[in-house]
Amino acid sequence: MAAIQSLLVALVVVNLAYLAVTRLKTLTRITALQGVLLAATPLAIAGPHGHGLILSLAVLAIKGIGFPWLVARTLSRLEVNPVVEPYFGFNMSLLAGVGGLLFSLWLESRLPFPPGLFPPLLFPAALTSIFSGLTLVVARRKALTQVIGYLAAENGIFLLGVPLAAQGSVWLELSVLLDVFVAVFVMGIALHHINKTFESIDVGRFCSLRD
Amino acid sequence: MLAALPLVPLLAGLIALAMPADGPRRWLLVVVGCLHLTLVGTTWVHPPAPAYGGLLELDPLGQLFLTLASLLFTAAAFYAVGYLRHEGAVHEKRDFQDGATFVNAPERVFSLCLCLFLSAMTVVCSTRNLSVLWVGIEATTLSSAPLIYFHRHRRSLEATWKYLVICSVGIALALLGNILVSVAFYDPVAPAASMDLADLLPLAPGAAKPWLRAAFIFLLVGYGSKMGLAPMHNWLPDAHSQSPSLVSALLSGALLNCAFLGILRAVQILSPAGLGPFCGELLVLFGLISMVTAAVFIVGLGDYKRMLAYSSVEHMGILALGVGIGGGAAFGAMLHAVNHSLTKGALFLISGNILAVYHTRSCHDARGVSRALPVTAALWTAGFLAICGSPPFGLFVSELAILRAMFASGHGLAATVYVVALAVIFVGMATSVCRMVQGPLPPAVRHPGPERVLSVASPLALLAAALTLGLYVPQGLTDVLARAAAAVSLGG
Repeated sequence: MAAIQSLLVALVVVNLAYLAVTRLKTLTRITALQGVLLAATPLAIAGPHGHGLILSLAVLAIKGIGFPWLVARTLSRLEVNPVVEPYFGFNMSLLAGVGGLLFSLWLESRLPFPPGLFPPLLFPAALTSIFSGLTLVVARRKALTQVIGYLAAENGIFLLGVPLAAQGSVWLELSVLLDVFVAVFVMGIALHHINKTFESIDVGRFCSLRD
Repeated sequence: MLAALPLVPLLAGLIALAMPADGPRRWLLVVVGCLHLTLVGTTWVHPPAPAYGGLLELDPLGQLFLTLASLLFTAAAFYAVGYLRHEGAVHEKRDFQDGATFVNAPERVFSLCLCLFLSAMTVVCSTRNLSVLWVGIEATTLSSAPLIYFHRHRRSLEATWKYLVICSVGIALALLGNILVSVAFYDPVAPAASMDLADLLPLAPGAAKPWLRAAFIFLLVGYGSKMGLAPMHNWLPDAHSQSPSLVSALLSGALLNCAFLGILRAVQILSPAGLGPFCGELLVLFGLISMVTAAVFIVGLGDYKRMLAYSSVEHMGILALGVGIGGGAAFGAMLHAVNHSLTKGALFLISGNILAVYHTRSCHDARGVSRALPVTAALWTAGFLAICGSPPFGLFVSELAILRAMFASGHGLAATVYVVALAVIFVGMATSVCRMVQGPLPPAVRHPGPERVLSVASPLALLAAALTLGLYVPQGLTDVLARAAAAVSLGG
């Protein structure tokens, strides 16, 4: 139990770090860190055998290595300003993140969870990850941070699904992972086109489609 | 049989990617469409056995939406032959809106993505497993995004990005909904065998209700954003107006239905758990918000493709409303889905003909269509009358069925909003359509000469089907509609 608790605390810290980071490169590393921590959760919950092991390896390959590699590769090819440009400040984002964490801790104490399903702190860790991800999607200027935000939100949802994964089939879990991987890949291609066409990946420049 | 359905377009897509010659590749799309439609047609005669260990299983609900997707694809494939002959060549074109130059995406990739899109929609329609459904719907997003970005200019790129981000985040929320469904069904002693409806439905009465409620909200918001329910509809007018017209026809006529199917599967689970009325209330709320939003935006809209897109928001609202009211309205909603797909598919294809001649999406500049394109103008007018629910087209019958059920079940206020929204949208669309059809040809537009058969045959066939459904609904279709409606009855 101690292992999973330490993992979840680390995940919460990583989630908050998403909101405070000012460099795109660091943001990419945080994605990798979150992926590796996520890969460890099935092992910590279900033990290193069968279903949990396959899932853990797949998560490590896709979320721990695949995504950060894709994002880093896109970043190095784009030659963009390495600073994360926020719509509202880092301190405000972080404050909102802490607010989200407190809210999810409160929610965890109120919700009627099925006994024995979620280890303590898993629900707040997942919820703050979703929250941080969505914040990155809406409150950052660059299209690349939107992709990272989508990843962080998806990681949070994935974390919530880990304790339930033992009930489902590995096949479906893997196809979900593959789908998200292709999604990030397609977004990466779109990013290249955006950079080429707009000479920037600032979504603030998207203003030609109006009613 | 069912196992082959998603594989046929998948293989054809790979062949299309490898084919060097443009001409045969265009006809390959038609062959795929016809073959797929034939296979789907045989499922109406001989119900197919489940495939892939039960992951794919066709029920009336899925069969209905699968047939629509296949039909629309075939119509779009015929249209694509002429369209790609005109647009397919990779050389620099001038953007008629801002004058910048752009190229089209390679035609091979376009054909591949069209086939993958059909394959993904086939999976979505022919599964009763919530996880497979999710994977399929995400795959539809990914295969259709390159289709929207066929004309590689700024605006289509902006639309594609919005589509990708909004729909991906939306569908991620639907995944959260799926997880909450499994939390609701969590039982450490006797776990549910899978996320398949066949395994979940018998356990539904004992599932944890608060979690099911939360799951439904996430599934509704998640799949609803893909379906274009207001206020999550922002991507829809942009994507529909920027993509090639045959892609808009597929998005509106087939893809939105697939997303709706995701919500309907959730309704199927919640109803036996006694939460039917809860689903109904939310569906009615989102349905009415969508209709009112469409009515507000459609009036005075100067862009005829955006106008059609907002009309899709309206009709998705009507579908949600119909299922939310339940009873006769659910039957009406199923019939409405069929009629809307046929009519909207036709309208988008026709809008492509107008766009090809006038090089503008402005209702104010595309005037005198009846002089330049007499057949297209006639179809445009007929399609407008059909989509606004005028008799004798099928949408009149389905909209009336929903209205009657609303009054019969005591939803007087909702019925009033419904009728007012329909009336406002009729007036709003009539202004634009009448202005476009009548008047002199603008001096800058050259008379295009006789219209090509391939550009009008598909919309003509689709509209004829919508007209037929207004006069007579075949017994076989009525049976399937009734069984589909019974499957999503709210049971309360």
